[in-house]
Amino acid sequence: MSRPEEQVVLAEHPLPETPRGEGDEEARVARRERLRLLSRSKTFLAGALVFGVFVFCAIFGEAVVPYDPLGSPTDILNKLEAPSSSHYFGTDQLGRDVFSRVVVGARDILVVALAATLLGTVLGAAIGLVTGYFRGLVDDVLMRIVDAFLAIPLVILATVALVALGPSKVTLVVVIGIVFAPIIARTVRAAVLSERELEYVQAARLRNEHAPYIMFAEILPNVTAPIVVEFTVRLGYAIFAIATLTFLGFGVQPPSPDWGLQIKENYVILNGGYWWPTLFPALAIAALVISINLITDGISRVFER
Amino acid sequence: MTAATAPALELDDLNVAYTVRGIDRPVLRGVTLSIAQGESYGLVGESGCGKSTAAFALMRYLPRNGKIQSGSIRIAGQELMSMSEDGVRNLRATQVSMVYQNPGAALNPSIHIGDQVAEVFEIAGGSGAQARERTHEILGKVQISDPARVMRRYPHQLSGGMQQRVVIAMALAKDPALLILDEPTTGLDATVEAEVLDLVALLRGEFGTSVFFISHNLAVIRRMCERVGVLYAGRLVEEGQAETVFTDPRHPYTVGLLRCIPKGGLRKDVHRLDSIPGFLPQLGADLPGCVFTDRCGLAREICREHEPEFHQLGGGHASRCHFHDEAQTLPRTTPSHTEVPKRESNGVPVVKAEHMAKTFHQEGHDVRALDDLSIEIRPGETLGLVGESGSGKTTFARLLLGLTEPDQGSIVELEGHPLAPRIAKRSSDDVRALQIVFQNPDAALNRRFSVRRIINRALTKLVGAKGEGRDTRLRELAHSVRFDVRLLGARPAQLSGGLKQRVAIARAFAGEPLVVVCDEPTSALDVSVQAAILNLLADLQRDKGVTYLFISHDLGVVRYLSDRIAVLYLGRLMEVGDAETVFSAPHHPYTEALLSAVPSVEGEERPRIRLEGEIPSAADPPSGCVFHTRCPRYLGAICEEQEPPLAEVERGHFMRCHIPVDELRRLQAEPPPPRARGSQAKTTS
Amino acid sequence: MIIFVAAQLLPGDVGRAILGPFAAQSSVDQLNEELGTNRSIVVQYGDWVGGVLQGDLGDSYAFSRPVGDLLWPALKNSAKLALLAFVIVVPIGILGGVAAALKEGRLRDRVISIGGLSATAIPEFVWAVLGIMIFGVWLGVLPTTAQAPQDAGFFTQVKYLLLPALCLVFVLFGYIARMARAGTIESLDADYTRTAYLKGLPRRTVIRRHVLRNSLLPTIAVVATQVGYLFGGLVAIELIFNYNGLGQLIYRAAQRQDFPLLLSATLVVGVVYLVATLIADVLYSLLNPRIRLASSES
Repeated sequence: MSRPEEQVVLAEHPLPETPRGEGDEEARVARRERLRLLSRSKTFLAGALVFGVFVFCAIFGEAVVPYDPLGSPTDILNKLEAPSSSHYFGTDQLGRDVFSRVVVGARDILVVALAATLLGTVLGAAIGLVTGYFRGLVDDVLMRIVDAFLAIPLVILATVALVALGPSKVTLVVVIGIVFAPIIARTVRAAVLSERELEYVQAARLRNEHAPYIMFAEILPNVTAPIVVEFTVRLGYAIFAIATLTFLGFGVQPPSPDWGLQIKENYVILNGGYWWPTLFPALAIAALVISINLITDGISRVFER
Repeated sequence: MTAATAPALELDDLNVAYTVRGIDRPVLRGVTLSIAQGESYGLVGESGCGKSTAAFALMRYLPRNGKIQSGSIRIAGQELMSMSEDGVRNLRATQVSMVYQNPGAALNPSIHIGDQVAEVFEIAGGSGAQARERTHEILGKVQISDPARVMRRYPHQLSGGMQQRVVIAMALAKDPALLILDEPTTGLDATVEAEVLDLVALLRGEFGTSVFFISHNLAVIRRMCERVGVLYAGRLVEEGQAETVFTDPRHPYTVGLLRCIPKGGLRKDVHRLDSIPGFLPQLGADLPGCVFTDRCGLAREICREHEPEFHQLGGGHASRCHFHDEAQTLPRTTPSHTEVPKRESNGVPVVKAEHMAKTFHQEGHDVRALDDLSIEIRPGETLGLVGESGSGKTTFARLLLGLTEPDQGSIVELEGHPLAPRIAKRSSDDVRALQIVFQNPDAALNRRFSVRRIINRALTKLVGAKGEGRDTRLRELAHSVRFDVRLLGARPAQLSGGLKQRVAIARAFAGEPLVVVCDEPTSALDVSVQAAILNLLADLQRDKGVTYLFISHDLGVVRYLSDRIAVLYLGRLMEVGDAETVFSAPHHPYTEALLSAVPSVEGEERPRIRLEGEIPSAADPPSGCVFHTRCPRYLGAICEEQEPPLAEVERGHFMRCHIPVDELRRLQAEPPPPRARGSQAKTTS
Repeated sequence: MIIFVAAQLLPGDVGRAILGPFAAQSSVDQLNEELGTNRSIVVQYGDWVGGVLQGDLGDSYAFSRPVGDLLWPALKNSAKLALLAFVIVVPIGILGGVAAALKEGRLRDRVISIGGLSATAIPEFVWAVLGIMIFGVWLGVLPTTAQAPQDAGFFTQVKYLLLPALCLVFVLFGYIARMARAGTIESLDADYTRTAYLKGLPRRTVIRRHVLRNSLLPTIAVVATQVGYLFGGLVAIELIFNYNGLGQLIYRAAQRQDFPLLLSATLVVGVVYLVATLIADVLYSLLNPRIRLASSES
């Protein structure tokens, strides 16, 4: 059925002649259009706003909080105080201010998650491009490895790796990045497989272009949409994984004010009615994750039209 | 008016709009037409003119952003506009059916054919057993030879032609007052299309159903319809008896469309095709005057300001043109005559392929896509390659280009020296020498690159052009394909189909190639654009002396452009010779069938050869002559046992058939024989 | 295999991990000698693989018992929890996804899609602490531990498992709903759905007979692949609810660097995943005529 919605024919309105390099101009126009669409989405804006607050906390955390998140020797005197005007979120078992810890706690998780996702995306995109473009043996072998990775749940895989390598932020980044890479590779590969069937790829081969040129200059720009979407999706999962691993004791180590760690330290006293040292970091994790999902939702709507 | 005497369909001042970004954009503008009982009405127009919207509007099934703004739709006397949802459903269940393009998608992949067809009877209130019985009966009526077997199958187990029969059976099962056919044969092979069209014509007689036939293909409409309407930008611009409209068109758009078609006998070295300048107005554009003004060579002041009325010209013929009596004087956009100097052949072929073969391994089967093909292409000529799907046309092109590696023993020579089988191993001169123009310019151009970048890259890679020199070459190239240099910064998505194809052609010509493969270069384009592209290809050949390997399923186009023609069937070369020799008897029986399958816009009734059955699978080709299972001139056992050699039957005319050429000449002078062995289509599994 | 390679890198001192930081180095060495953990990792791994091939998973270092004795009861417990979660989430997830698809782009769709996505992305231990807080501490309607008393009846067991299962449900819901939604939307847009409408079938019949049949196929396949994920989620859940399942076992084994136990438990998870995927494949091909017939004919 004809869906003549997006037919825009410019030929009757020729573009004014512009100097060289207007290809970049084109790209800018396309980017602007996407930004405009994004700025219209209320859910995206809400997500971006919340995410922005967390980023702010991560950068300026210490400067804005009322207490030292790592506590001071006298804190123990006011342990487990309920939320009040002096301690908005109350204090924990060591008397540290929960509010300050929640605010500053945004840093580790954001930094580690962004670095891990970036690593995973770059690796995954490269693997996906190569396997999707060459297919054949390289593809078979790499996809078997991906399957093997997928057979073991991320948390268990990371647990084993972190126990083996010893928990540190760098290990966390590397382990999560490497675990993500094949998953991202699979998505990118699927996009590349359909892209490489298009004739522009054959046209490039008919100019005797080298494979790296075809992969990175011709195909890559056409698969950025799934890569961007995949990045935001994985960012959410990275937070998920880091929080869980830290909660289990294999991630960020004390005395960092990391949220997962705070919950780990305090959930056992939930039954005693001390809910605040657990609730607020839990809400922080939930809010961060939801904000990322709202952003993902907005981005995938715009990119996958 | 009672249902018994009411017309099957009456549209009165129908206005349909799509809402795009909050604005209503009219798609159909005041369409009024009526189809009498038992009549067959054809609606023609190019893509984007609103044909399909018309069809779906009158099923009251529009996309969510589409709405009928005003007007009236009456089917068998019942007004749809004021009808309740239940009423519409009831109408769909009993009075009106629709068949559309791509039957494979129209059938539910996970339900047995029998159940899908039976459903139609069940809606009408039949019991399960009754429904199955009637399903069996209706499948027989659409000439399915073993209905019981087909009923137990799933759609993907049937060929495209069979699927479309099932869809037609489903449509006719309710014995509707009106049958809507929306491009029902687009995408099917020529011989299969002919069968489906024959079937529709036959069943129309039997069921007495009125038909609303929608197509972009003028020849198909001419063959199938008694009356036609021509739709342009959502407006009905001309209407009348098919015969009258096609022979005595009175609207400049119709006149232009008919001139665009390469009709039998037109040749590139004598005739240039006419084309329609400009583009279809944008969706929902404000058109105060005549909708065709911007593209009309006859347009005057009044045309821009006042919408013409639908002038009645007698005999039901009407034209929405102020100057309908002058329509046929529409000035040509190009001179009709052209002089092409006869090319000098020095005897050395530019391409010489010997024993070309390609076997694909698929799921444990060996599929012979191409089998022992030997052919020469002479410098400066166009070799047309015709054949249905699975004939190996595209495989041959890919082998030639080095995109696919041929089987051992295949030889390709370019100007006397052997070509490496894979492109990566070829010298840069060889790479430059062989280029291609693909069918679908959307896929062939990288959508993230500007036109400038696309062509520049080809210039850099193929001829090593840089800086100033490259800029000059770019401009020359754009000029030679009549591409406005001001558009060089645009991206493909901003260009129309015809402009995109020009960019693709420019890219192919960037390295001054010796041979350009044209793989269905106009199949994705509208008729008016097709003509302009064909003219361009002919001009480029005249100016640059390039050689074409021209692949197309459209015999009219092939005939117009080709000097010689090769006919392929199931990977075998069946016939090759000068274009006019191949097009006139004696031909190979397959060529004969192919030619007779294609309807002509001139409406001449050629004797029809009907092919039986389906195109066999290349994974399991028939023994002996691969065509024997469908051959209308089947001789006997020899055809099944022995593969005939490719023999030179006349000077430069080769054929692969056991029947002696003189015998063929005699046979083909007479009307074709009735179908000898069982006239029903066979199922394939 | 990957997991084993990763596990090779285990540098930890097993004896030290078992005896604690204050034990004398001599006792640690002695224990390592007894356990064989002073040998090279490759030798240990070789031993373990050799054992597995003969059906022997080896002995746990930390619990001094055959690994098999620890694994099977734990697996049984985890399976109970997982099953309960699945029984709840599969119908709800599919229903939610289909409901969203039928109103694509409208409010209902947005709420289900974004809500589901968010629920999926919030770690299960966060759901767990929130759940314990609300249902266990404030409302006091559900137990905050998953381990039912000995000899508990079926319903009591379900009551104890409900809260941990719900945490898994939250995490799985979004995923399943998203698949069901995507499949349904694709199917709604398909030509064959149009054919069904144009046959004059009422909307309900079209959706039931033509849309869902095709849209739920991929969802079923995806549900099974989530089994593997589920076991990952069990680690945190079982820890919080103090439930003696496979997840808790893996957690303890990892903490104490109990090499044979960790490897074996991971192996079991891998096998469970493979079996689930296999079942999904079989189910998918049984329900999908394209695959079923293709394989029976060739």
